[in-house]
Amino acid sequence: MLSALIALGVLAIVIGLVLGYSALRFHVDSDPVVDQIDALLPQTQCGQCTYAGCRPYAEAIAAGEAEINQCPPGGEATIQALADLLGVDPKPLNPEHGEHKDKTVVVIDEQVCIGCTLCIQACPVDAILGAPKQMHTVIESECTGCNLCIPPCPVECIHIVPVAKTLRNWSWPLPVEPGTEVAEHG
Amino acid sequence: MAEASRKPLPPAIDPDFTRRYRFHGGLKLAGCREAASSRPIQQAGIPDQLILPLAQHIGEPAECLVKPGDTVYRGQPVARAIGRISAPVHASSSGSVLAIEPRPVPHPSGLPAPCIVIATDGRDTPAPDLPPVLDYLHTDMDTLLEHIRAAGIVGLGGAGFPTYAKLARGDAIELLVINGVECEPCIACDDGLQRERAHELIEGVRILQHIVQPAACVIAVEDNMQEAERALRAALDGRNETGIRVVNVPTIYPTGGERQLIRVLTGREVPSQGFPSDIGIIVQNVGTAAAVHDAVVKAQPLLSRIVTVTGDGVQQACNMEVLIGTPVSHLIAAAGGYTDHIERLLIGGPMMGYAVGTDAVPVIKTTNCILAVTARSMPAPPPAVPCIRCGRCTEVCPANLLPQELYWFARSGNHDAAQDYGLFDCIECGCCAHVCPSHIPLVQYYRHAKTTIWEQEKQKQKADIARLRHEARLERLERIRHEREERLAHRKQAVTGKSAGDALRQAAIQAALERVRQKKEEATATPRNTDNLTPEQQRQIEAVEQRRRERAAKSQDTD
Repeated sequence: MLSALIALGVLAIVIGLVLGYSALRFHVDSDPVVDQIDALLPQTQCGQCTYAGCRPYAEAIAAGEAEINQCPPGGEATIQALADLLGVDPKPLNPEHGEHKDKTVVVIDEQVCIGCTLCIQACPVDAILGAPKQMHTVIESECTGCNLCIPPCPVECIHIVPVAKTLRNWSWPLPVEPGTEVAEHG
Repeated sequence: MAEASRKPLPPAIDPDFTRRYRFHGGLKLAGCREAASSRPIQQAGIPDQLILPLAQHIGEPAECLVKPGDTVYRGQPVARAIGRISAPVHASSSGSVLAIEPRPVPHPSGLPAPCIVIATDGRDTPAPDLPPVLDYLHTDMDTLLEHIRAAGIVGLGGAGFPTYAKLARGDAIELLVINGVECEPCIACDDGLQRERAHELIEGVRILQHIVQPAACVIAVEDNMQEAERALRAALDGRNETGIRVVNVPTIYPTGGERQLIRVLTGREVPSQGFPSDIGIIVQNVGTAAAVHDAVVKAQPLLSRIVTVTGDGVQQACNMEVLIGTPVSHLIAAAGGYTDHIERLLIGGPMMGYAVGTDAVPVIKTTNCILAVTARSMPAPPPAVPCIRCGRCTEVCPANLLPQELYWFARSGNHDAAQDYGLFDCIECGCCAHVCPSHIPLVQYYRHAKTTIWEQEKQKQKADIARLRHEARLERLERIRHEREERLAHRKQAVTGKSAGDALRQAAIQAALERVRQKKEEATATPRNTDNLTPEQQRQIEAVEQRRRERAAKSQDTD
């Protein structure tokens, strides 16, 4: 009886030490759930979800402070992915935050630009190149289409353009199904 | 080791290729090759305009080297390869660059893509600085491979994978397969090439053998290509030191597919998502071998290819040798023009070809067939009706997949499940759609799913880059804020007099005080001239002291 108690006690202490050590040794600073949520977000950093970027929104979702349907750029696909990850029911996109649109980028009308640098300060991904009183331009491949540079522009020289379809980003369309049309209307 | 012993070992390669294996599924389709192969290869000639797309191959598009107005000569590179999986583009005839602009290209999207447009001068002047002719047996491997790379050669069978990249993979190769099996019924370009250019083709195969150093080499032709087989055997007759074998394989669609041909010849399966070189095999198209010959022996980059122009929509079906960049309309004119009631123009064969909206598109390196059809020979497919789960698609699938399952997954956007069911092993041969009693355009569903998955992956990569850039920006802003705070703190200290300069001043004051204190100490000390005195001096001093004391006492008395 006593030997069993001692054995179990020693075992408990040993395991406790091992666990305690590994908790310190393999300590993870960030919350893996936040990372997983962040990985599903489109990283436009547009702030339409009312948070300061995708990461803060991911943290808010993880903390249970935000709904999963606040991301218009991600749209239904992101909501579905978040619902799958978190094991909750998908909801329709909350229209308060905006509607899902096709991907766009911005261009600066270089004739009109006065070189004020306000858009550079607004761009969350440093996709605008320029210097005070010099011409500014958008690096199209880096632009996330967040449109945050548009409100600060004093001369309204930034315009939204859809991403051009090229051979490299073209996808085959889903075949049109006459049967489904009938089914939907009937 | 345990795993290896559990797996069945791949069948050893029979050096005589006596046995033909069977791949799963496939279709025996009515051939219509004779329409084009009954006539000798025609020369399509030099068109007024050459349209050279920058992306004619798999991989990165080439980068333009010329500008509008430049004079170019035949064989001159007009665009250079970017990276390893890419290929340069050459001017296929002489003339001047008219424009560099988006033009319609042979692509199912119908979207225009950047092209170099050359107005030909008809003189066909060769470039003065063509690469040298190589004696391949006495040339080192790197030079030979670089030569093939610079010649812009890509797989001419249809996929357009840069040949240089395929040859330079460096795996040990057991078998080199030269694919002379036509991709699809009706296409006859490989047949024509083998019948009329057997000597050049064989020489090209020898060069490939020299580069790859395979244990065995085989040229595969279909069993109904007797004339091609005879021509190849005649070309090999009496001079076959390198041991090239010519074998025929049953005409079952799609034996022309790389994986299916390997299966038929060796019984081996190329692993899912793997390359043939993973199992010690390289497959090259006959056209590619001939192009390698032209590049090495004739010092001529890839400027032309053989294209089958066929279908009941053209007057005279035939094989044509066509300069890369020739508009399809020029080919149709050379084939006698359209017949009445032309319905559709397809690039590729009847099974895998795609319709293009205009005949202004050019022939590119991978174009093997132009098919002009009337509504009678190829009526528009009847509207699709629901799948009845008959399973005929599964029976014919040469990739051994479950097309019906893939269809459901692709249709519902369940891309993960589609990938689990081997979506990317689908070769889009169209057998499943061909036999489908419900006329479901199955292949288009798979193409939709594949391209959508690729696009999503690209978006994911872009999102990752955006995240990195955003994090870098936040870090930078934080650093700038921190630096500014530090600077402000310094200034504040300077104003309130607690700065480091103040401490220095304090130290200086301390030092001065110390000096004063030392001076005082020195002043109060006993005079230094009273030490080591002689007894005489000592007596004198004592006498003086005595007198001083007496005087002092006297003065006290008087007071």
